[in-house]
Amino acid sequence: MLRILSALCAGGLFGTGLMLSGMTDTAKVQGWLDIFGNWDPTLAFVMGGALIPMAVAWRLTAGRRPAAGGSFPAAPHQELDRRLVLGSVLFGAGWGLAGLCPGPAMASLSYNGWQGLLFFTAMACGMMAAPWFSRHLDRAAANA
Amino acid sequence: MMEVDWIWGLGGGLLIGLGGAVFLLGNGRIMGASGILGGLLDGSGRSNAAERIAFIGGVVLVPLLIAFSTGHAPDTHVTNNAAVLIGAGLLVGIGTRIANGCTSGHGVCGISRLSLRGIAATGVFMLAGILTLAVLRQLMGVI
Repeated sequence: MLRILSALCAGGLFGTGLMLSGMTDTAKVQGWLDIFGNWDPTLAFVMGGALIPMAVAWRLTAGRRPAAGGSFPAAPHQELDRRLVLGSVLFGAGWGLAGLCPGPAMASLSYNGWQGLLFFTAMACGMMAAPWFSRHLDRAAANA
Repeated sequence: MMEVDWIWGLGGGLLIGLGGAVFLLGNGRIMGASGILGGLLDGSGRSNAAERIAFIGGVVLVPLLIAFSTGHAPDTHVTNNAAVLIGAGLLVGIGTRIANGCTSGHGVCGISRLSLRGIAATGVFMLAGILTLAVLRQLMGVI
């Protein structure tokens, strides 16, 4: 029960933050990426603001356990592979194209009209298809 | 307008980070929007589906409640071009799952723990986004 409440609370904070920060406004997100056009620096403030509590939280994990039980994520592995790079290129292209990424796409579902719903549906289909692409990518790498 | 936008950005950003802190310190999990949703959709996150659903419920419903109670939803300026929405959605869905993270997981959570993969992924997807805008908006004028 605590896990559910904690997750609900985290999601609520995340969604509220995305809504209030302007990150569900595709014009502001595309404005951040449009460095040769009418550049909008808002996203830097959002990212900066978000990094502060998160950096503190990572510090607090040392020598502790999660409040709802279990254990903290293992230290991240450091190798950069083709999946990380290729996946990020595809994601970045889609992000620039519509100005939406997964968090804001969910947070704005209730006020983003049929357009938001269509984007979300396509994104969900992409997520379901991703394991197939991943396997293909691995096979191509093995054959190379 | 710009003068207040950055204050809202910073304040909203703090809330986003606070959400990530709650998910980490409470559930012991990394708050990555694409991972939480994608794990539900491809079945890899079945063992902790309940907390994924609760998280997504919070993300979707709290903004809905705010919009409903204040009678005001923010402008999204989302495109009306269905082909762009479908193409972009597919790219975001496939890309974030192949890369194992998006702006929240690799960006917020990864950078704040100085993860090399998080920093690299964020750099790559930002560059890809910048390039997309440079070509499709500034050069070709199509988005």
